[in-house]
Amino acid sequence: MSENTDQTTHDTAGHDPARPAAAAPDTGGGEALRPHAEDTFADELKALAAADDRPRPERWRLSPWAVATYLLGGTLADGTVITPKYVGPRRIVEVAVTTLATDRALLLLGVPGTAKTWVSEHLAAAVSGDSTLLVQGTAGTPEEAIRYGWNYAQLLANGPSRDALVPSPVMRAMAHGMTARVEELTRIPADVQDTLITVLSEKTLPIPELGQEVQAVRGFNLIATANDRDRGVNELSSALRRRFNTVVLPLPATPDEEVDIVSRRVGQIGRSLDLPPAPEGLDEIRRVVTVFRELRDGLTTDGRTKLKSPSGTLSTAEAISVVTNGLALATHFGDGVLRSGDVAAGILGAVVRDPAADRVIWQEYLETVVRERDGWKDFYRACREVSA
Amino acid sequence: MSGRPADGHRPVLLGVRHHGPGSARAVRAALERCAPAAVLIEGPSEADALVPLAARDGMRPPVALLAHVEDDPGRAAFWPLAEFSPEWVALRWALEHDVPVRFIDLPAAHSLAMTQDDGTPGEETPGEGTPGEGTPGEDTPDGAAPGPADVRVDPIRALAETAGYDDPERWWEDVIEHRGAGGTTTGGAHTETDPLAPFTALAEAMAALREAYGDGGHHHDPLREAHMRLRLRAARKEFGDDVAVVCGAWHVPALAHRTTVAADRQLLKGLPKAKVAMTWVPWTHQRLSRHSGYGAGIASPGWYGHLFSAPDRPVERWLTKVAGVLREEDYAVSSAHVIEAVRLAEGLATVRGRPLAGLTELDDAIRAVMGDGTDAPSSLIHDRLVVGEVLGQVPDDAPAVPLQRDLTRSQRTLRLKPEALERERELDLRKDTDAARSRLLHRLRLLGIPWGEPAHSRGSTGTFRETWRLRWEPELAVRVAEAGIWGTTVHAAATAKATTEAIGATSLAEVTALAEHCLLAELPDALPVVMRALADRAALDTDVGHLAQALPALVRSVRYGDVRGTDATALRDVATGLAERVFVGLPPACLGLDADGAADLRGHLDATHRAVALLAQEETPPQPPAGPHTAHRTGPPARPADLRARWATVLRSLSERDTVPGLLRGRATRLLLDEGALADGGAERLMGLALSPGTAPTDAAGWIEGFLGGGDSGDGGMLLVHDARLLALLDGWLTGVPDTAFTDVLPLLRRTFAAYEAGVRRTLGELVRRGPTTTAAGPAHPADTDAPGFGPGLDRDRAAAVLPTLRLLLGLGQYGFDDLTEVAS
Repeated sequence: MSENTDQTTHDTAGHDPARPAAAAPDTGGGEALRPHAEDTFADELKALAAADDRPRPERWRLSPWAVATYLLGGTLADGTVITPKYVGPRRIVEVAVTTLATDRALLLLGVPGTAKTWVSEHLAAAVSGDSTLLVQGTAGTPEEAIRYGWNYAQLLANGPSRDALVPSPVMRAMAHGMTARVEELTRIPADVQDTLITVLSEKTLPIPELGQEVQAVRGFNLIATANDRDRGVNELSSALRRRFNTVVLPLPATPDEEVDIVSRRVGQIGRSLDLPPAPEGLDEIRRVVTVFRELRDGLTTDGRTKLKSPSGTLSTAEAISVVTNGLALATHFGDGVLRSGDVAAGILGAVVRDPAADRVIWQEYLETVVRERDGWKDFYRACREVSA
Repeated sequence: MSGRPADGHRPVLLGVRHHGPGSARAVRAALERCAPAAVLIEGPSEADALVPLAARDGMRPPVALLAHVEDDPGRAAFWPLAEFSPEWVALRWALEHDVPVRFIDLPAAHSLAMTQDDGTPGEETPGEGTPGEGTPGEDTPDGAAPGPADVRVDPIRALAETAGYDDPERWWEDVIEHRGAGGTTTGGAHTETDPLAPFTALAEAMAALREAYGDGGHHHDPLREAHMRLRLRAARKEFGDDVAVVCGAWHVPALAHRTTVAADRQLLKGLPKAKVAMTWVPWTHQRLSRHSGYGAGIASPGWYGHLFSAPDRPVERWLTKVAGVLREEDYAVSSAHVIEAVRLAEGLATVRGRPLAGLTELDDAIRAVMGDGTDAPSSLIHDRLVVGEVLGQVPDDAPAVPLQRDLTRSQRTLRLKPEALERERELDLRKDTDAARSRLLHRLRLLGIPWGEPAHSRGSTGTFRETWRLRWEPELAVRVAEAGIWGTTVHAAATAKATTEAIGATSLAEVTALAEHCLLAELPDALPVVMRALADRAALDTDVGHLAQALPALVRSVRYGDVRGTDATALRDVATGLAERVFVGLPPACLGLDADGAADLRGHLDATHRAVALLAQEETPPQPPAGPHTAHRTGPPARPADLRARWATVLRSLSERDTVPGLLRGRATRLLLDEGALADGGAERLMGLALSPGTAPTDAAGWIEGFLGGGDSGDGGMLLVHDARLLALLDGWLTGVPDTAFTDVLPLLRRTFAAYEAGVRRTLGELVRRGPTTTAAGPAHPADTDAPGFGPGLDRDRAAAVLPTLRLLLGLGQYGFDDLTEVAS
């Protein structure tokens, strides 16, 4: 194993990917700011492994059933409580876990803030006991990040050899039969993406410089995450797409869940911006969430009226930023209470992304839904004001 | 306690789950093994006479046994049978082996009469009281027994919960339906080894359940079961002990139970009885599915049919079928996709601890592998395969459908005889009989039975009259038979058809037309669905043209609704909503148009204007119909005026926006002027702007065409004759048009002015020849601009001279001047 780190993995120097899940974190003695999933939940993983009597695919730490339990939470026969890591439909988690046991890789899609990365990290931790074999996709991700790089000092001194090779996380995962992760797959340039095709279909990574190859051993698989709405940035080629099973992580299922998420995040962000907490604003937050959900789903909350959906994402993350903005407005220019006027402009900006089509959609929504709604008069007026 | 009586092997009681493919397969295996001398099936005893029809070539499931009360076809019950129904399998087996078949359930004559006594409204619930549908625990679907419905137990649910399942359907599928297809069963027995083993096990489970729950709140069950026992005894007397009974698993313990003949007879004594007729009718998979509103049903008839007909490897075969459907719809689905989907589905089944991948697993696999995680292919698959688009067929000589009887009955009561000779009939909708006739004819038209065609009234054009051209052609009888699938009465069938069409309609105009139809045919039950479909289509339609097209028909419907006394509040709400959407969408739609597009939109502008005016008038309908139904007029009174004001705002913004084509700006200005919504001198100002030298001459000519051209709001020529300032502006502009541009604007102007009446044209010519004398007069009398072009002040004498004639014309009294002004305005 190489002693070198490469540019996409941060703390894997000298790190043996085949180490057991319960091994001590390799953080050089200090307390990590954010320990890896397999370290944070080492006890749960150990208890699950002990209780798990179902068949495990080769090199899996747990059976697929136990992995699903690890993610969704539950109580084991010996009384160990497994905390839920992901709150969402059980079916989705089961499909994701089962995919990892098949020939295909797993692609997690979803709008920002739907816990794609979180799910991918925990899946890798539960399946392989290691969530650190990670490639972060950016517009500048080079091919070396997925295949291998060279230690140039070694290369110049001794010529090409396996010692001079710097393996990528993907390569390491293949060699050891582990789960590799690729974040933001669609942000990686198309030619670099396509490097994955050989890896995923032939399960091999050729090293032409050495006339060698690294073949994936059983247990290797890959989890990629991609932003739903960024499709088209670097759309996956259909050849690559075919190597993936796609699982779409949904937005929060109920308004209450979403209001809860938004107000919690707003509270956190607000503290770091020194904004006062806004318990009075809960109504306004609920309103923002309602507007976002209705336009996103193309349906009013009462399920009676259909609506057109604007081109913007209207994700939970955007609702959070609208409310935070409104809070800042209220604090610095208003009386400190979050009112409809404070959020109206933010909502308009979030909804109307395409000035022609979205504006009509927004106006229609205002006139046909908002105007009629009880107790929304002030909001309607505020929106009319900023829309005019 | 065993499913079989203690005295050995016979008779064989085969407890099944209705519409369960696993049950069906097991029934066939059991029948093959036992080769009984007769087959008894749970179903109304009157159906015995219809058994031979089932052997015909023209018989293709899904079909249903239909029983209805002879003189009231609205009271009917269905016993649907699909290809994979155990009852159907048993029936076919018996016919193939020349074994007699008996239906042993309580005769429909009693069950229909009893639902009547229960106070169950027969007409509106044609599928209810159908003792052949659903899981064994839901023998009588929801609503048939309104009182104790809450205390009912679902035996399968109880069994499933005991086994640790949260969904009874899945439990049944895992334990019964998927057996024999490669999975293990609870008893460890295989169909091949002992075809009766699963029935024994199930009977034991049911016996335990019935001990705990009694009749489970189905208060007709003891009667039905007593009747089944009696029929079973009779059959044993006739054919010996060697008979097989196919019935819902729930009834097995009761049939095995020993009672005396006398006790059973006692139970059945004095049951109410109705005269019923029975026939086979074609059925569809959609109707078998529970979404269709027929009480209990099965969610996935297509999937069950597949399970039943696939000889082996159901998962692989299903996904291959799915791939085929998706390829037809241009999804790129390769064999590799199918392979991966099979693997994923089987992996999921393992993770979830099921013996075989079920529909849930397959759906998940299709979504993840073939659909890129989206729902679109899944919903396609659901409609096309999971439910399926299968339509059954019955032989032509099956007894007549009740719809025909209902039609005959209506024809008799309405004294509307079917005649081959064409004749015209005038209907006065204020009379009850005529209104009923009109409704019947409209309903038939909706059902695709064009007995009457609406014709234009010759005499009056009022909305109270309708003229129909009636002609009964022999092939209409066939149409009636075809329409029988929709329901048992004309009303119910038309409602069902309208509802289905509304859901399936693709364009907004289709739904609007349907809404109009529903009102004419008075189908209040269909209206909410149609309204819902209408609102949805309107909300999602991005083409303002479509919306504007739909609006007039809808407003017309609102008015019809008023005339006929139906409550059209919902309709009015939808119409108002539609108008709002037009208001919002119209201004952006008017930008960047070519000449043709502008001409189209001008039509929409006019249509919307008319519709808004009508809608706003709703507050005071011109001729309120007789009757009390007009009293409950709801909705805030301020609304129509509000609507009108908003429309004026839209028009104003159109008229002032430079990027809007001249034609539309001119039209908007004109509509505003006619509405009296323009401020003092507003028209002159706008015209001046439009005709100012900077404007391209063609655009200006377009403006003139829009403003002065003939529309529905009448001739623009008179406007010019009476408003000298407008004429002067026009004259000034025309003389200023450069020679080069003149040939371009000439056709446009010609088109505008050629439409004027000859007299108007001549007057205009004379005015122009007289010269621009009035240009100075306009601004000189700012106080009188209410009537531009007229002399200052009102010449009372001259005005009074007209009044007597006007009174005569309007039929008013001698001194009705106040009334007169009111009416005239």
